[in-house]
This record gives sequence, C-alpha cells and structure tokens, in this order.
Amino acid sequence: MRAVITVVGKDRTGIIAKISDTLYQRGVNIVDISQNVMEDMFAMVMLVNIDKCTVEFSALADLLDKDGEALGMKIHTMHEDIFDAMHKI
Amino acid sequence: MSMINTKDILETIKMIEEEHLDIRTITMGISLRDLASDDVNVLADKIYDKVTCRAENLVATGEQIERELGIPIINKRISVTPIAMIGAVTRANSYVPLAKALDRAASATGVNFVGGFSALVQKGFAKGDEILLHSIPEALAETSLVCSSVNVASTKAGINLDAVGLMGRIIKQTAELTRDNNSMGCSKLVVFANAVDDNPFMAGAFHGIGEPETVVNVGVSGPGVVQSAIRRAGDCSIGEVAEVIKKTAFKITRMGQLVGALASQRLGVPFGIVDLSLAPTPAIGDSVARILEEVGLEVCGGCGTTAILAMLNDAVKKGGVMASSSVGGLSGAFIPVSEDEGMIAAAQSGALTLEKLEAMTAVCSVGIDMVAVPGDTSAEVIAGLIADEMAIGVVNAKTTAVRVIPAIGKKVGDMVEFGGLLGAAPIMPIATGSPARFISRGGRIPAPIQSLKN
Repeated sequence: MRAVITVVGKDRTGIIAKISDTLYQRGVNIVDISQNVMEDMFAMVMLVNIDKCTVEFSALADLLDKDGEALGMKIHTMHEDIFDAMHKI
Repeated sequence: MSMINTKDILETIKMIEEEHLDIRTITMGISLRDLASDDVNVLADKIYDKVTCRAENLVATGEQIERELGIPIINKRISVTPIAMIGAVTRANSYVPLAKALDRAASATGVNFVGGFSALVQKGFAKGDEILLHSIPEALAETSLVCSSVNVASTKAGINLDAVGLMGRIIKQTAELTRDNNSMGCSKLVVFANAVDDNPFMAGAFHGIGEPETVVNVGVSGPGVVQSAIRRAGDCSIGEVAEVIKKTAFKITRMGQLVGALASQRLGVPFGIVDLSLAPTPAIGDSVARILEEVGLEVCGGCGTTAILAMLNDAVKKGGVMASSSVGGLSGAFIPVSEDEGMIAAAQSGALTLEKLEAMTAVCSVGIDMVAVPGDTSAEVIAGLIADEMAIGVVNAKTTAVRVIPAIGKKVGDMVEFGGLLGAAPIMPIATGSPARFISRGGRIPAPIQSLKN
C-alpha cells in the first residue's frame, strides 16, 4: 500500500533529512520524491510504500505531524487512493 | 512518466485545507422491522439493543478512514425505519419512550444524530401514524439527538391536507415546548413531499421500507471548492461555468464514493448511495449563496438567483453521476438559511425573502429549510407554507421539504442562534393573510395528472 506525504512551508535546511529519518526508522520505503522551491516556499511531495511500516498508519501520520511542527511546516500524510479516486478515471 | 502528479496532489490538499472540502456524513441505515412487542418499553429496549449493536463500530471506522485518507468526515449518523411503523404494534398512545431509546443509542454509539422518528402519511393515517405525530413535540423536547420527519405528500398520492394542517400545529407545539432553547426542536423536524428512502442528511433521514437490513450512505459537501473553481475560471460564458462545476462535482463525488466503499467494506454493510448534494455550513467559504454570487449576482436573492441555482443544481448532478456507482438521496444544492453564511447575510439585509426561497426550491433540493419566522406566526399560516411547498414538489415530481422555526418570543429583525452546523437564522417576514379556511377543509388534494405515467 502506498501513501503520499506532502510538505509545504518556508524553506530551511534539514527538511528531507528529518522526514526521511522518521520514515527509515519505521521501515517506510520512499518510492518517488518531487520538490519545488519557489522563492522561499518549499513544496515537496513524496510517494512512499508502507507495506513494511512497523507502526500503524495513524501513528506514522502522528509522527510526521510532529516533524512538521518541529520544522515549522505543514505535513499531510494520506493514502494514495484518495488522489487516484479524484484525479483518475 | 513521473509517478507523482504534484499539481493534482496539491489541488486536493488545497481543497481540504482552504476550501472546506469534506465528507459531510456517513449515515448507517438500520432496519427495525424485525422488532416487535405490544409493550412500548420492551420495544424501546429492543430498539436500543439493535441500533447499538449494528452501529457499534460506525464512529471508530469513520475516524479511521478520516485519518488514513486525510479527509475530514464531519458527521457519523444513523437512520432507522420510520418509527410509526414499528410503534404501531404496541398498545402505547405515545412513542416518546421510543425516541428516548434512539437518543440513548445515539449517545452510546457516539453519532451526532439519529433520524427516523418519522411517519409516511401522504395518503392517510394508518395505526401508529397519528400517535407518532402527536408524540413529536415531546420527543424533540426531551431528546437531543433524535430527528423527526413526516412525509405528507407525494406525486403519486397528492397532498394530505389533514396531515399538513396537523403538522402546522405540531411545529407550533414543538416551538413552544423548546422555547427556552430557541425553539430548537423545530430544527430537527422536517415535513416532506416525495421523501426519499436513502437520504443520508439530517434532519430528514430515515431508513426506507425498500432498503436492505443495513446500509451505508454517504453525503459529500464542497460549496467552497465549487466557488473557488468558478472564481479561478474568471470571465467565461455561463456554459463554461457549468463545465467547471461539473468537473469539480466529479472530483468531490469520487471522494465520496471512495469513502463509502471503504466504510461499507470495513463495517461489513452494503454500500447504498452517494448523495451529491452541495451542503453548506455557517463557516466562511462554505456557502451555496456565495457560489450564486460568484457566478454574477450582487447578492443572493436578487433577480437571476433562481436561474443560476437551476444551472448549479443540474451541473452538480451531471458531474457527480458518473463518479459514483450509485447516486441517490436528495442530490442537489441545499439552501438552508441558518446553515449558510451567505444566505444568513442575504436574509439579514432583506435581499433574500421567503417568497424568493420558495421559487428557488422549484429548481433545487430541498425546500424551505432552516428558516426562522416570527414566534406568533399561526399554525394555519405555517400549514399554508407547507402546502405551497408540497405543491411544488408534487407537481414537479421532486422532493421538497419545510423545516421552519417559529421562534417563540422573537420578531422580524431578531436573530435566533442554534449553534454548531445548525448556525443562526434571522427572523424573516412571512405573509400573514390567513389560509385557515383552506386548511380546515381537510381531506386530500388529488394526485396531479403527472402521476399517471403507466
């Protein structure tokens, strides 16, 4: 099963480091990353595989929320299904 | 091709974060037809047991889906078989104990409303129907989560004028009994023409008699998303506006379909329908009135309002119908005054009148909804308002409804606060010429020629 993690906020150092560490610690594999920095706004979308994730989905989302708070950024963790449903026929 | 489509993903997140996109409700319909006892208290216990058993995991499942998909699911609700049919087996002359059992079951399961304290009397009263109607004021005064609805008309049966007259009095009694709470009881009481069996929205939800044992129905929302999409489209023709609405409705409905399918699978209950209604909330940026204004009105309620609403309602259905395996419920744009920030503002300024609202109900679901009128409005005038609204539904073969609050002690210009999603309503003027003689004639307005389709 795959999830989409989005990170939006003011650009700073260590964003990807912090998030990828959280994911690595819980056995989450990063499938694809796309990031944009426009002026000083950072927007990253990460596609991850959570089949081998060692914690419940909601616990992972909570951990990433905490990372977001620490970084001063807004992080959303959502199942891939919702994007497929809304944007693919 | 990249696996990530950043634009689509950020669009979805923007809809949820900034434009109030949400699932308005997951409603579990539960049949009570297998329950019987001639003792109303025994029946009440059976109802409590069955509802709490079937809906045990509803709220937890809803919250789990909410977390996984990252989409807010605002309400989890229950609808049951119209209680008049279940209560009829008892010797009781009041069904208030059944309402209280439903209220306890709603509390125990954690849902925010339970609908189905209802009767279907479009052609006449069967045993149990009048008992239920007379139980409504006390039931709504003594419970907090129970919703009531009465179907008094249909295209096939015509309009039961006896029931219309009685409902005028029941609404007044409900307002009186809940006067210390802003006549709040009336916000949980709907009078219908052509009520639907699978409506997930309150206060009018009940589990219809053709429905399966249990079912999950989903109501989506998204006025803010539609408004933003129209704004982004800028200066374009009205046909292009309709296209923008269709595309947006498609996306919103797909999300509802996904949530409904997941809920059905996890609860082990068949998936019923997605209701495509655009349901507003009192929050800024979640208003149907503001959509109409975005299309090009100075203020909702002015000339042009009905035409834009007709286009909006049609485009929402066209966009949504392909996005779901089964569309049902009311499926249209809702125009509840107290629950829509733009409607409240338009009514307060006098731009939106009750007469214009009545015209609007001819082209959208669902009716004169959450409208507050002066507390001294007579039962006959309320019955006349109901009769007019029922006529629109019956002749146009659509659902219409009246949820009107004669706010006791209030007059035109005052506000009445309900709180939460029910919002606040300005007291609107209503024509006071008496229809008493018409209402007191009683009997039934025959079904219109439109009913003869066979």
